[in-house]
Amino acid sequence: MSNILNSHEPSGPIESAWQRHKFDIKVVNPANKRKYTVIVVGTGLAGSSAAATLGELGYNVLNFCFQDSPRRAHSIAAQGGINAAKNYQNDGDSVYRLFYDTVKGGDFRSRERNVYRLAELSVNIIDQAAAQGVPFAREYGGLLANRSFGGALVSRTFYARGQTGQQLLLGAYSAHAAQVAAGKIKMFPRTEMLDLVVIDGQARGIIVRDLVSGEVKSYAADAVVLASGGYGNVFFLSTNAMGCNVTASWRAAKRGAFFANPCYTQIHPTCIPVSGDYQSKLTLMSESLRNDGRVWVPQSKDDCWDQAAGKCGRHPNDIPESERDYYLERRYPTFGNLVPRDVASRAAKMSCDEGRGVAFNGRGVYLDFRDAIKRLGEDGVSARYGNLFEMYERITGANPYKEPMRIYPATHYTMGGLWVDYNLQSNLPGLFVLGEANFSDHGANRLGASALMQGLADGYFVIPYTIGHYLAQVGARGTDNEGAEFREAKESVNARTSKLLNIKGKRSVDSFHRELGQVMWDHCGMARNKEGLEKALQRIPEIRDEFWENVSVPGSGQDFNQSLEKAGRVADFLEFAEVKVGDALHREESCGGHFREEYKTEEGEAKRDDENFTYVAAWQFNGVGEKPTLHKEPLTFDYVKPSQRSYK
Amino acid sequence: MNLTLHIWRQGGPNDKGRFVTYPANDINEEMSFLEMLDVVNEDLEAKGEEPIAFESDCREGICGACGCMINGQPHGHRARTTTCQLHMREFKDGDEIVIEPFRAKAFKVIKDLVVDRSAFDRIIRSGGYVTARTGSPPDANAIPVPKLAADQAFEAAACIGCGACVASCPNAAAMLFTGAKVTHLALLPQGQPERYTRADSMVNQMDSEDFGHCSNFGECTLACPKGISLDVISQMNRDYLTAQLKGRDA
Repeated sequence: MSNILNSHEPSGPIESAWQRHKFDIKVVNPANKRKYTVIVVGTGLAGSSAAATLGELGYNVLNFCFQDSPRRAHSIAAQGGINAAKNYQNDGDSVYRLFYDTVKGGDFRSRERNVYRLAELSVNIIDQAAAQGVPFAREYGGLLANRSFGGALVSRTFYARGQTGQQLLLGAYSAHAAQVAAGKIKMFPRTEMLDLVVIDGQARGIIVRDLVSGEVKSYAADAVVLASGGYGNVFFLSTNAMGCNVTASWRAAKRGAFFANPCYTQIHPTCIPVSGDYQSKLTLMSESLRNDGRVWVPQSKDDCWDQAAGKCGRHPNDIPESERDYYLERRYPTFGNLVPRDVASRAAKMSCDEGRGVAFNGRGVYLDFRDAIKRLGEDGVSARYGNLFEMYERITGANPYKEPMRIYPATHYTMGGLWVDYNLQSNLPGLFVLGEANFSDHGANRLGASALMQGLADGYFVIPYTIGHYLAQVGARGTDNEGAEFREAKESVNARTSKLLNIKGKRSVDSFHRELGQVMWDHCGMARNKEGLEKALQRIPEIRDEFWENVSVPGSGQDFNQSLEKAGRVADFLEFAEVKVGDALHREESCGGHFREEYKTEEGEAKRDDENFTYVAAWQFNGVGEKPTLHKEPLTFDYVKPSQRSYK
Repeated sequence: MNLTLHIWRQGGPNDKGRFVTYPANDINEEMSFLEMLDVVNEDLEAKGEEPIAFESDCREGICGACGCMINGQPHGHRARTTTCQLHMREFKDGDEIVIEPFRAKAFKVIKDLVVDRSAFDRIIRSGGYVTARTGSPPDANAIPVPKLAADQAFEAAACIGCGACVASCPNAAAMLFTGAKVTHLALLPQGQPERYTRADSMVNQMDSEDFGHCSNFGECTLACPKGISLDVISQMNRDYLTAQLKGRDA
């Protein structure tokens, strides 16, 4: 066991672990909080809730985002909802059940005590959001409504139509706005973090580029909080926003923070299929659609995509019930269309691999609301999914009230991220990582409606306590940003920028990103195998080398230059991708979102190897193209005994 | 299809700016409008020319980052649709498309189609929130909210802060944006304690920015991709007036 990774988990009964931990850790005297400065990078749910809450407590917060406003981060696009163990529906939910579902859903690759705390805090999040005026869906009596969501047998998901992420983010943004007005948060929009400054082994500041003026600046603080999101855009095509990137996390990794489980990527089953080569991103349709929509493919291949003809056979409405294969209901009678995301995604892939796909290039399955419309009427369906149906119609030109939707899995969320302990502190003291950017709570697969929960739990209710424990020990150290470490980091950022601008090659940034994405999707996507992963490990450095010789980044570094922004991000993806593929190659088992074709049950389900792989893989950077060092944090399961996940 | 684009190019806030014509050939009708611009930009980039600067992030119509004038209309001609959700099947072969930034005194051009909308953030910071310190709230179900009020509050809260309302208004007023937030919170019990101070502060902040006044044209609601209703303006006017007559603590 490597002692470099200490999870700092409290021992003793799990039910009271967080309460005891809060008592055991140090607290900063209220009058002293204003002497500390904290940098927060990112303004999604985790970043804005953290910044707002730290501001309320009295810390001086410097908050950065690359968007033009802190209201836009990609949390805003989450549709379906947020889980909380309120048991308002009286259907047997409890903190323990949410904890159990999340550990099992994560395929036994998460830390039990972190997950328990998440389930415990879920109830406070709903209270907080309701008090902010988040307009959750309500029953006629004025109380909160719930719905069920993929992978759960209870109704514990709170929602605001199909715009739950938007409403929760705007709630956090409003709390954040109040702290900006109070002078406790200094907000830097259109500012991108490009390096982490580490002094004597501790995170002490960041280097940023002002995206409007191009100026590179240094900011020092007593601690740095990264809430900069996931790395799904390594695939080029994903449901992430265009700007989502790994840069802040990766630059921290290059300064010594360990990257944990990068091979765990979630492929979301209900996205709009790819329609052509120009595609810039994929669009997710909330998986709440699976509550009422039924997934199927035709039984006859004549009705499926014909590559030569470039179209499908019979129109889906003309295919009789007896000639449809509702494959999720057939294979998983208990959960049916509500199986977890990884299971639903792989089942769709399997049907399409059999030649039974029904969209462009044979990559798509039907999601049919015919029966729901019969049962609830068009109005009833519209009340639940109206905005999603509208969005589908706008993008595809097809009307889902009249014919089935076509859907296909797409990269959506990344469970891996920077390694953190129970305090959400990375192996670099003073560097805290929240939300999707850390690896902590979802194991190898995240359940639906749990990302919003984790981002807000981390920001509102964990970091405000745990950061104090660190700050109280180190004391306030001022914000001098003139030291040698700051100068060195700033110079290296400037050198990299001028290098990118001076290649003056012949290929666009996007062309490299697309090429990398294709390699990643083909070999490190929904299914992986040794041969493919080795091929990817050979291709990635080749693409990277060509990038640094032949990329074209027009314009200058002294003004607003979107090509330069993208180039920096793609350059980081080209380095990070190798670590991700290496992790997938080393993990010789299948678990959750990581499916190795060599390791499966006879029925084709993921087969874990608990004896050899019940650990967190944390990778230490050793140089670009160099093999990173693996550190293992063993996982133990005292409460939820690992079993073969079954959703039959 | 083949198109001709007339695009506003402006190097920075101090540049005068001009239209430049670009061909966009072999455009697939399944593309989104921004994917069409991506294709044009990739060509420019490969040639070493500066691509057209425009903003977008989620490309799902919810983040509010995108937005430009397309043939004189914010986000183009399709109702209740953001620029990123406008698809090329709405156009036909041979079309000429004029693309400009949102034009308003309060939205300075940063570059090409990118404008500065930070005035919106300042309006929200002036009072567009409920003061609810993290950790202090009661159980969520301790505050029942009638379903109708919750639904109407949601409709107002659906604003994405894109700026189309300002860009469509002949006076470049920000009444729809400001009214949406005032109304969202005014309809909920949680918003009552600060209701009138909020309306007063937000209207004052809005007036101190470079926005014009409302003269009830109603263009804003038609341009709004989320269909925010003009009712939010009446609600804001009512609450603002109450604050003036009875005091901010009414």
